[in-house]
Amino acid sequence: MNNTWSRFNIVSVVLGFAFLYLPILLLVIFSFNESKLVTVWAGFSTKWYVSLFHNQGLIDAAWVTIRVALLAASVATVLGTMAALALVRYTRFRGRLLFSGMVYAPLVMPEVITGLSLLLLFVAIGFDRGFWTVTLAHITFSMCFVTVVVQSRLLSFDRSIEEAAMDLGATPVRTFFQVTLPIIAPAVLSGWMLALTLSLDDLVIASFTSGPGATTLPMKIYSQVRLGVTPEINAACTILIGLVAIGVLVASILTKRRAVQQERDERAAFAAG
Amino acid sequence: MKSLGNTRRSFAPWTDPDATPFITFRNVTKTFGDFTAVDNLTLDIYHREFFALLGASGCGKSTLLRMLAGFEKPTSGEIILDGQNIAGIPPYRRPVNMMFQSYALFPHMTVESNIGFGLRQDGMPKSQIAERVAQMLKLVKLEQFAKRKPHQLSGGQRQRVALARSLAKRPKVLLLDEPLGALDKKLREETQFELMDLQQELGLTFVVVTHDQEEAMTMADRIAVMSHGEVIQVATPAEIYEAPNSRFVADFIGDVNILEGKVTASGNGRVELAGADGLTIRAASGEIPANGVSTGFAIRPEKLRVDRAAPADPGVNAVEGEVWDIGYLGDMTVFHIRLANGKVLKASMLNARREVEDPIVYDEKVWVSFDETAGVVLRD
Repeated sequence: MNNTWSRFNIVSVVLGFAFLYLPILLLVIFSFNESKLVTVWAGFSTKWYVSLFHNQGLIDAAWVTIRVALLAASVATVLGTMAALALVRYTRFRGRLLFSGMVYAPLVMPEVITGLSLLLLFVAIGFDRGFWTVTLAHITFSMCFVTVVVQSRLLSFDRSIEEAAMDLGATPVRTFFQVTLPIIAPAVLSGWMLALTLSLDDLVIASFTSGPGATTLPMKIYSQVRLGVTPEINAACTILIGLVAIGVLVASILTKRRAVQQERDERAAFAAG
Repeated sequence: MKSLGNTRRSFAPWTDPDATPFITFRNVTKTFGDFTAVDNLTLDIYHREFFALLGASGCGKSTLLRMLAGFEKPTSGEIILDGQNIAGIPPYRRPVNMMFQSYALFPHMTVESNIGFGLRQDGMPKSQIAERVAQMLKLVKLEQFAKRKPHQLSGGQRQRVALARSLAKRPKVLLLDEPLGALDKKLREETQFELMDLQQELGLTFVVVTHDQEEAMTMADRIAVMSHGEVIQVATPAEIYEAPNSRFVADFIGDVNILEGKVTASGNGRVELAGADGLTIRAASGEIPANGVSTGFAIRPEKLRVDRAAPADPGVNAVEGEVWDIGYLGDMTVFHIRLANGKVLKASMLNARREVEDPIVYDEKVWVSFDETAGVVLRD
């Protein structure tokens, strides 16, 4: 393999990363700005972080977002996993094509339409908009992402492992909880993480389906930005970026470490063979 | 009494009309849509028998095994195990266990937990489980690997874990789906004998599915040769080899020469055929076809003699040909002899001596001959 860096390669990498990360970098830098003006640098300060923690509105919104995200991601994971199981395991039920198409529809459906239709539904059945309607809406649109992730894992799942469990006396329910679920757990977990992330940063659907007292963080930030960007918002966003970065980093280190461990084990096994 | 081949031991409940079979398939049919995997099949398997289902892929042998395990339901017919019709019993309540071709070990459990899985499902007390697991580990010689995960084991070790796991519950019947398919040749040969010893020691009924005829011949008490969802012949390995009942079985098991002929005379346990290849075949045969019937005569390569000198009665059970190919295999040499009409016969000769004076070489004229009892007159 050719590992030398040509000038072209270097330029494309720099351009690519600049395109992706320059805006974020600017945001992070200006969150430490002394000045109240967002675009004028006036020295280093952490005062916006301090004032952020005294902004009750933002903190409330963050709390709502976290609760919605945790609840919606968990329910979506259960439903999405069930849908994936149905799609992979029962390949010949009536209306399977329709069902699979419908499960994936939210994936390609414009968010505005999803949000609007949910709003109309909630109004029609007289459901008071608030925390629960946002949560329901988030379950609806994030479920299909879980289904996609879990389904792709199930497609490569060796079914004879489940048959072995049943052969050894485990009922179908026990087989699922003792064998299937532990094996597909990483996929279910990444489905959950995906649903969580989607719910955390959703603005459009939340705007349609939320009501008084259930303002999510993206909604709050958006509405504040319309009155002018404050460094406080920059600070809030920097914290979010930091949390996401740590999450991604930990996940990738764990994955990498497990892969290395597995490879080492396998090599040892064959050497002992 | 003369017998066919060497019998391993005098275990032959199938010859006893009073013996009750342990497993019975009665008129079992299994269809998947338009495809008939098993076609009106009837088969008896006896207690403590090592029974092999042998056939090419898609012949229905695996479906038969899966019906026994409970993963497939027969479309019609009944399966009786130890006097009980098991058609409606789900796999997790059947007293049979299966060893899977892919081993199907639980990747998230240690070797110990894998072996103890079935016992835990039965709610066996912990101390007893530990005891049984230790016993199983010892049986398959994996004591020092108890705490490992499946991916930390070699292929042969995984195979042993799968075996221990399927034996841990002491099933009435052990089903083995291509148990040695994933092992390399040397390990496979060793394991064959280990499986046989184990089956003897535990006194269990084994039903093994395989496409490898050598494996079936080595291990099984009886073999069912299957094709297109039907059993073609059920017999001991020696009978299958020495007295195949059909062209299919003769051709499927081992190497064979089939000479075509028309029956000209028969009687007294003997048949005379006018062979299509310029010789008269006189053969001892249990099967006596009517005069004028065209049939095949199957003879194994090792039962043909290759000689330079013409036999006493040339033309009867002997034919002249030309050496076309010689394959030296070490323990034996295979000759391909081309007859006058272009047909090629395979003959193999044991290399019982290291040095041979004046060996037969390419393009030589030779005589191929055989005894009256060396071959078998085929039924179809």
